[in-house]
Amino acid sequence: MLRAMFSKTGDAVWISHLDLMRLFQRAFKRAGLPLTHSQGFNPRPSVSIALPLSVGVESHCELLDFQLDGVEVPVEELRERLNEKLIPGIRVLSVYDDGMKLKELGLLRCEVVMEYDRPVPEGAGESVRALFGRDQLLVEKKGKNGVTEQDILPMIRSLSVEASGDAIRFQAVVCCQDPSLNPMQLVAAVERYLPELSPVYKKVSRMELFDKNGQPFR
Amino acid sequence: MTQLLNRILPLVQKPARYTGGEYNEIKKDLADVRVRVAFCFPDTYEIGMSNVGMRILYGVMNQMDGVWCERVFAPWGDMEEQMRQHDLPLWALESRGPVKDFDMIAFTIGYEMSYSNILNMLRLAGIPLRSSERQGLHNMVFAGGVCAYNPEPLADFIDFFCLGEGEEITPEVLDLYDRAKAEGWTKEAFLLAVSKIDGVYVPSFYRHEYAEDGTLEAVVPLVDVPAVITKRVVEDLDRAYWPTKMIVPSTEIVHDRANLEVFRGCIRGCRFCQAGFSCRPVRRKSADVLFRQAKETLEDSGNNEITLSSLSTSDYRELKELTDRLIPYCAQSKINLSVPSLRADNFSRELMEKLQTVRKSGLTFAPEAGTQRLRDVINKNLTEDEILTTCANAFSGGWNNVKLYFMLGLPTETDEDVLGIAELVYKVIKTWKEHAVNKKRGLRVHVATAYFVPKPHTPFQWEKQITPEEYLRRCKLLKDHFYSRSIEYDYHAPDLSRLEAVMARGDRRLGEVILAAVENGAKLDGWDEYFRYDLWLDAFRSCGVDMDRYTTRGYSDDEILPWDHIDVGVSRGFLLRERDRAYEAQITPDCRHGCAGCGANKLLKEVSCDA
Ligand code: SF4
Repeated sequence: MLRAMFSKTGDAVWISHLDLMRLFQRAFKRAGLPLTHSQGFNPRPSVSIALPLSVGVESHCELLDFQLDGVEVPVEELRERLNEKLIPGIRVLSVYDDGMKLKELGLLRCEVVMEYDRPVPEGAGESVRALFGRDQLLVEKKGKNGVTEQDILPMIRSLSVEASGDAIRFQAVVCCQDPSLNPMQLVAAVERYLPELSPVYKKVSRMELFDKNGQPFR
Repeated sequence: MTQLLNRILPLVQKPARYTGGEYNEIKKDLADVRVRVAFCFPDTYEIGMSNVGMRILYGVMNQMDGVWCERVFAPWGDMEEQMRQHDLPLWALESRGPVKDFDMIAFTIGYEMSYSNILNMLRLAGIPLRSSERQGLHNMVFAGGVCAYNPEPLADFIDFFCLGEGEEITPEVLDLYDRAKAEGWTKEAFLLAVSKIDGVYVPSFYRHEYAEDGTLEAVVPLVDVPAVITKRVVEDLDRAYWPTKMIVPSTEIVHDRANLEVFRGCIRGCRFCQAGFSCRPVRRKSADVLFRQAKETLEDSGNNEITLSSLSTSDYRELKELTDRLIPYCAQSKINLSVPSLRADNFSRELMEKLQTVRKSGLTFAPEAGTQRLRDVINKNLTEDEILTTCANAFSGGWNNVKLYFMLGLPTETDEDVLGIAELVYKVIKTWKEHAVNKKRGLRVHVATAYFVPKPHTPFQWEKQITPEEYLRRCKLLKDHFYSRSIEYDYHAPDLSRLEAVMARGDRRLGEVILAAVENGAKLDGWDEYFRYDLWLDAFRSCGVDMDRYTTRGYSDDEILPWDHIDVGVSRGFLLRERDRAYEAQITPDCRHGCAGCGANKLLKEVSCDA
C-alpha cells in the first residue's frame, strides 16, 4: 500500500470528496499508473482518502492510499508524474510506502479565520479567549439522529486566538478521530455565544496531522 | 472577483461548477488575444459540459491564433440569487472576466426550452437583450445548434445565426470579426459582410410580413442577402477537427465520459424526428481514425468510459472493424465501452451481449407507437416481433426489467393505436411468463408516453398538435387499460411539450413573449424545479399571442412556413411525399435499400452521401 500526502487549496477546495476520488482515479490513468481495482461487476480503481474533507475547506495534509497494479515506480517519480496530470490546487507533497496505520491518527492542527466587513472591535480577542476558557461549551451538532448538543472543549487540545485587522484567527489542535471535532465548530461556538462576532466569511485549513500521542502522523 | 466568489460559493449547491480550473481548460494571455469569445451554453454546467458540439467548437475556436474562447453556463437559481444580491455580473469560467467585456457572445442552442435561459444569461451579464439595442461590434451575439433551423423566435435577440455544422463556418466568422475589429467597422458593415458567408443568417436583414389572418405572407430581404440560407456541412469527417484533449470536469456531469462520434446523418427517416432529417446527408468516419482518436482521448483524459455516439450506431458501416479493435483495448485498459442506440439486428445483438449492454443500462425500447399501422405511419422500423424476441432472450438470461417509450398524439392516431400500447405491454408480460427463469423476482415494465411535438424540417412539420385535453384523455385511456401490477406508467404534464411545440414552429412574434416571460422570471424551463407554466401563459396573454396558432391549428401546405427560408438540405418536395406516404401508412425503406431522394446530397461537393 502506498500513501500520498497532498494539499487541496485554491479553487480545488470546492471539489467534493467523491469528485476528488474520481479526479485522482483519472489522474493516475493519465499518468499511466495502473491502479488495482475492486472486484465485482463494475470494477472501480481502489483509492481511498482518509478523513473526508468538507467542501470549502483547505488542506495541506490530506492522505490518499492506493495500490499500483503490477508496476513499481520510485516514490519520487510517482509524485512528479501525478503532479503533472493533476489540476491547479491539488498537489502531491510526498509519496511513501511506510505510512502509519490510519487508526493511529488522532489529532489535527488547523487554522480557522473569521473575516468581517469592518475592523474587529476592541476586546474581541479577549471575549473569544474567555469563551473557550469556560468549563463547558455546548455546540449543536447535526448527526444521523438529528441535532444534538456536544461539549467541544474536551476535543480541543490547544488553542490560540488572535484578533487583528478585519479578522479573528484560531490556531488549534483538535481531535480528528474517535471522537472528532469539525474545526468549523469553533466558529459555531462563537456564532452561538458571541453572535455580535459572527463572521461574514470563515475559512478553515487543515495544517498538520498527529497520532494519538501528538507525534507527527504520516 | 475571486474573493467575492469565495464568499458566495459556500452558500450554493455544487460550487465546483462555477470555478473552472478543470484539466485541459484552455487559458491564454489576454495580451495575445484579439477576439474574446464567450461561448454560452443556455443550461447548467452539468448539461453543457456533456454536449459534444460545445466541446468541438471550444477546441476549434481556441486553435485559432488571437482568439480565446471561454465557457459560460447558466447559473442555478441559488447562484443567480447570490449574483443579484452582490451585483456580480455573469462571468466566463476561464478568465473569470465578465461576459460583457467579451467581443463575441456565442450560444449553442439544442432545445427550445432553453430560450428563456439565453435571455436570462444576457440579462445576468448586463447586456442589452435586443439586437437593435446593442450598437457597435462589441458584444456581437451569434448562435448555432439545431434550434437555429427555425431561428425566428429568437430573431430579435441574436445578431446572426450560423446554420449547420460549426467546424468550418466558425473560424470564417471569427476571422471576419477579427478584421472588422482591427479596421473599426460598424456593426451594420460587419453584419452585411458576415451575411455573405455561406450558412450565415442575419435576421435583421429580412422583414416578415403577416396577412390579416395572421399567417406569414412574405419574408422580404431588405438588403442584398440570399433569399434562402443553406446549412453548412463538413464533407470529410476524417479530416475534421476532433477534440482529443477534452476538458475533464472536476465535478460530476450528466454524461461524464469520453465520446466518439462515428457518423453524422441518419439513414432511417423516422418521420417525427428532426435530427434524422436535419443532420443529413450521411457521412462517416473511418474505423482507423476513430480508433486512434479513441485511444488519444482516453489516454489524455484518463476517462474510464467511452461511448460511441450517432443517431443510430448499428447503421455505422464499420461498426465491426471498430469494435473489434476497441473491445480488447478497453478490456485491457479497464475502460467501459458503451454503444447506445443499437437496433435489434444480429450483429448488434451479439455486440450488446459482448458489452453486456442490457446488464449495464437495462432493456430499453422506443417503439414510439403501439400498433404496426402507426409505426408504419411514422416509419419507425421496429416490429413487435423484434421487441418480443429481444425480450425473450433477456428474460431467459434472468433479466426482469423493461423500459418502453411511446408518443401520444402522432398523426392519424386513434384510440385503437393507444390501446395497442397496452396490448404490446401485455405481450411483453406474457413473454416474460413464458421465458423468465426466476418468476419470484417479478417483472417491472416501465412505460412512458410523451406528448408529440411536430418539428420543422420533418414530414410532420405541417401537422396539428393534439390539444392538451385530448392528450390527457389518451393518457387516461391507456392508464385505465393497465391492470397488471408489473406496469409502471409515467406521463408528463402536457404543459412543457405544448410550449415546446409553440417555440419549435414559432415565428418572430414570439420574441415579445419570450421577453415578457423572462421579465416575469421564467428561466431553467427544462427543470421541474423552475418551470412555471403560469409565467408563460401570462406572457402569451399580455402580448396577445395565441398559442394554438402554433399548435392545434397546424400549418397548411400552401402557407409560407416561418423556417421556409432555411434550407437544411432535405427538400420540401421530399417532405410532402413522405407526409403522403405517412397518411397511407406506407413505409419508406432505409437509405441502404436505395436513396429515397431526400435532397440532402446536394450539400456535398467532393463526396456523395454515404448512406
Ligand atoms: S441523399 Fe438519399 S441516401 Fe442520402 S440521406 Fe438522403 S435519401 Fe438517404
